[in-house]
Amino acid sequence: MIFSKITATGAYVPDMVITNDDMSKIVDTNDEWITSRSGIKRRHFSNGENTSDIAARTAEKIIQNSGIEPLDIDIIIVASVSSDYTTPSTACIVQSKIGAKNAVAFDIGAACSGFIFGLSVADKYIKTGVYKNAIVIGAEVLSKYLDFGDRGTCVLFGDGAGGVLIEATDEKTGILAEELGSDGDKGMALTGGFSPASNAFNKFNSNADRNLRMDGRAIFDFATRSVPKSVKKLLDDCNFNYEEVDFVIPHQANKRIVEIISRKLKIPMNKFYMNMDEYGNTSSASIPIALNEMVEKGIIKKGDVGVITGFGAGLTWGSMLVKI
Amino acid sequence: MFDRIREIIADQTGKNADDITMETNVKTELEADSLDIFQIINDIEDEFDVKIENLEAIQTVGDVVKIVEENKN
Repeated sequence: MIFSKITATGAYVPDMVITNDDMSKIVDTNDEWITSRSGIKRRHFSNGENTSDIAARTAEKIIQNSGIEPLDIDIIIVASVSSDYTTPSTACIVQSKIGAKNAVAFDIGAACSGFIFGLSVADKYIKTGVYKNAIVIGAEVLSKYLDFGDRGTCVLFGDGAGGVLIEATDEKTGILAEELGSDGDKGMALTGGFSPASNAFNKFNSNADRNLRMDGRAIFDFATRSVPKSVKKLLDDCNFNYEEVDFVIPHQANKRIVEIISRKLKIPMNKFYMNMDEYGNTSSASIPIALNEMVEKGIIKKGDVGVITGFGAGLTWGSMLVKI
Repeated sequence: MFDRIREIIADQTGKNADDITMETNVKTELEADSLDIFQIINDIEDEFDVKIENLEAIQTVGDVVKIVEENKN
């Protein structure tokens, strides 16, 4: 059987750091309020770089860390809800920027679960033998969709990108199992980038709202109920002992939500990696940024087995059991 | 019902259940923020098999009990 082994990671975040105190100068909030409710202290915002720029920088780092030649890359998948253009896809722009002329490139949209969904798709191409390797990136410049007058949302999000290279192997490693799901009925609980169906013959007065809007309670409810269920199903379906989970990388939305997930799963907090204090919620980028940071800091090592779990707009969720 | 709701609220806010009465203000006296209230309501929903939507009305523990009673009927 073919498995998809994670052979390299990479990440790139814009260097403009915005603290909670900086945010309190433009919106009615303060450091204590933001920190106590979310665990977020800082976020990085684009200083002009768009999503394809930070995705391409991430791809370059993955290439650097792996030694793969750009011409040998089979697929590039970018998960994003903040692409530069509707078309071309961010993945195609990345392909051009890194010179991966032989790759198939396309985007995938599953918001904060996007990296997991992208990885799942890439894994299937590899498992079926169609391709031998794939670069999967989560990249977001969410700051362009923030309403800086809405203190309930603008303080929570940040910009950044992260990704991995996966390669075919006969060894039982990499992506071992997955559990994905969607609940479109609750889609309006978290929206962004609305584009009304207006044209030259059908001009209606629409207050098109491009900004991110979130029903806090609905999302809290979803995250604290659906994520533990998803991870339980993932582990129970493959009879994996919870105590053998070396690490959990949850989507970095909110520290308080992660604490509830930990409590419900009875997996101790010291196994959950969190860095939302530095980056805020970077949607599809949060899991690969965290994974890359853990690899760089030597927190995870070859042979470790852990869970990566994303949840967010759609609504969507996805959990994977991965061996490093 | 009050005793169980009191336990849930005490558990989430880290306070002593014995100190909580129907008149205790959840926000000012128990220092529950919006996320604490979300979790308290979720736990109550699971415990009593009810769906609670009107969180804005909650000030005291008595308000919570009242909302659960209303939604149960």
